[in-house]
Amino acid sequence: MLAAILAIAALAAFFGALLGYSAIHFRVEGDPIADQVESLLPQTQCGQCGYPGCRPYAEAVARGEEDINKCLPGGEAAVLALADLLGREPLAMEAEEKPPAVAVIDETACIGCTLCLQACPVDAIIGAARQLHGVIAAECTGCELCLPPCPVDCISMVPVSEGILRWRWPYPGKRAQDVNPSIPERDAA
Amino acid sequence: MRVSPMSIAHLLSNKRRLWKFHGGIHVPDEKALSNAHAIETLPLPERLVIPLHQHIGAPARPLIKVGERVLKGQMIAEPSGFISAPVHASSSGQVIAIEMHPVAHPSGLSALCAIIETDGEDTWAELPPPLSDYPQLDSELVRERIRWAGVVGMGGAAFPTSVKLVPRIDRKIHTLVVNGAECEPYITCDDRLMRERAGRILEGVRIMHHLLGVAEVLIGIEDNKPEAIEQMRLALADTDMRDYTEIIPIPTIYPSGGEKQLIRILTGKEVPTTGIPAQIGIVCQNPGSAVAVADAVLAGRPLISRVITVTGRAIAQPRNLEVPVGTMADDLIAHCGGYRQPPRKLVCGGPMMGFELKQTSVPVTKAANCLLALSAEESPDPSPALACIRCGLCAEVCPAKLLPQQLYWYARSKEFDRIQDYNLFDCIECGCCAQVCPSHIPLVQYYRYAKTEIWAREQEKRKAELARARHAAKQERLERQKQERQARLNKQKAALATKPSTDTSATAPGKAAIEAARARATAKKVAIPTDKQ
Repeated sequence: MLAAILAIAALAAFFGALLGYSAIHFRVEGDPIADQVESLLPQTQCGQCGYPGCRPYAEAVARGEEDINKCLPGGEAAVLALADLLGREPLAMEAEEKPPAVAVIDETACIGCTLCLQACPVDAIIGAARQLHGVIAAECTGCELCLPPCPVDCISMVPVSEGILRWRWPYPGKRAQDVNPSIPERDAA
Repeated sequence: MRVSPMSIAHLLSNKRRLWKFHGGIHVPDEKALSNAHAIETLPLPERLVIPLHQHIGAPARPLIKVGERVLKGQMIAEPSGFISAPVHASSSGQVIAIEMHPVAHPSGLSALCAIIETDGEDTWAELPPPLSDYPQLDSELVRERIRWAGVVGMGGAAFPTSVKLVPRIDRKIHTLVVNGAECEPYITCDDRLMRERAGRILEGVRIMHHLLGVAEVLIGIEDNKPEAIEQMRLALADTDMRDYTEIIPIPTIYPSGGEKQLIRILTGKEVPTTGIPAQIGIVCQNPGSAVAVADAVLAGRPLISRVITVTGRAIAQPRNLEVPVGTMADDLIAHCGGYRQPPRKLVCGGPMMGFELKQTSVPVTKAANCLLALSAEESPDPSPALACIRCGLCAEVCPAKLLPQQLYWYARSKEFDRIQDYNLFDCIECGCCAQVCPSHIPLVQYYRYAKTEIWAREQEKRKAELARARHAAKQERLERQKQERQARLNKQKAALATKPSTDTSATAPGKAAIEAARARATAKKVAIPTDKQ
């Protein structure tokens, strides 16, 4: 009887020590799931998900507090990727997807107030006080955060032109799909 | 290795051993439509539309302005990177516009083109001197000349030729393969070129042989072109290239003209997956490119024209034409007698790998080898695609040894990670799988869709990474500024906090002075009454 108690106690002490040791020495810094979630987000930093940037949203999703369909720029592709990563059911997007666009400043109207500079999450607008501002098109994520602060409404979103270099082959048989929408199929399933 | 009776026969007959690639199909070659007539030169069109991006790689930068007069062979756009090529004016005339114009592209979209109104004089610009003594010259000079001439691969891919002629540091190139297979049905431009300009092709091959320092040159020609083989052999007999050059008839099977497939047939070697032939010491060039190299080096002429096959049963007189780059497809069709019957489908390139043209007002580029107008009988409406029955015919014919039906499932369900596990990017889009599919599934379209979609996603990912880094940098900067402001504030606070103590020390002498003054005043007060007393 005593031997058994001692043996169990010894084992408990040993495993307790092992767990305690690993908790300290193999501690994972940061949140790896949030990192993975973040790597799937488009990094527009637009805040349309209700969080101030992609990282906070990724952390909320990783904690399981937020739905995976809140990222508008990521669209359906992001939802599917997140569902795949987290093993959750893919959800339908709540809002319509927008074509990619970049901000363009009307040079005749800009008063050089620097308000948009401060709003831009990726520093894609250059300028200084009472100097004409300009958008670096290649860096602009199309988040539209610069639109509300502008006091003279001189910023507009221009869709990125689908040039020959950016052209993609369409999904085959798209026309046939339009004739037979896939929704009834889904209902049947 | 298994010794087949065939290989013994080869050994006995002292003939070169040929290998086979996996799969492949036999398709009616339809070459008799257009291969009987000699190459004709098209009269100079009144208007040339010259696309400024005709090659793989960075677009060329325009060097001309609207209204400027240009001469034939004048460079109108310069390369903007190592993998890039210049563009030259195909004739003399005036630049009337530099604008977006529809080009031959599967999208039917427009690209930047220089529009030249020709003056009919065809005046040559001043050309660089011929480098006839190229074996004695620095090979860098010769390579620079080929780059200047804007020579690109004329088999359809339009990869800058000069880049392929740079010797590699990591691996020595030992074999030059000249691709005269021309395995696509209908196309006969390389066939006619080999028949009529065999000597010029060999001169170009000799230059490339010299630049690469290869030990062996293999010229592979499908055996459905006996005249071309004969002419090339005759031309070779007249040269001193016999020691290292061999003209090898290969069996006619589609797609033997695929670069990797031809290398396999001629050398038995496999190009590594997602690799290029240079990795196994082989470079592959097209006969048209060889002629362009010869013209550039031996005559100082840039690449401003090419031979193109205009064929199909909807064309009245199918034939091969030598046309200036920038000629409209309309002009070509008109020169060939117009349409015999209304075409069902217009294709740029061959029927297997070409793409449908949405309009005929597009210019001929350096890469366009065929303009095909298919009649209704030749191009019946594709039957609706049925479900895949897993018959496996596609895997049997795939020359890249892929599993087309697996690729199809994953492309269809947009599983782009899985599809890359099945080596989608080794697919050469030859169309064999779609040709044999009993369910008429447009397989190649699925692969093309998946490829461009994967590229686009990679690009988006790179952009997202950049945006993330910039956002992080901004956050860090804001944090730093906040801390700096806080530090400044703290400093001021500290200064304020220390001020009272300095005040007391500063006011101490003042107080003393007041005290002293008060003492003096009281002393006076005291003194005055004493004076009065």
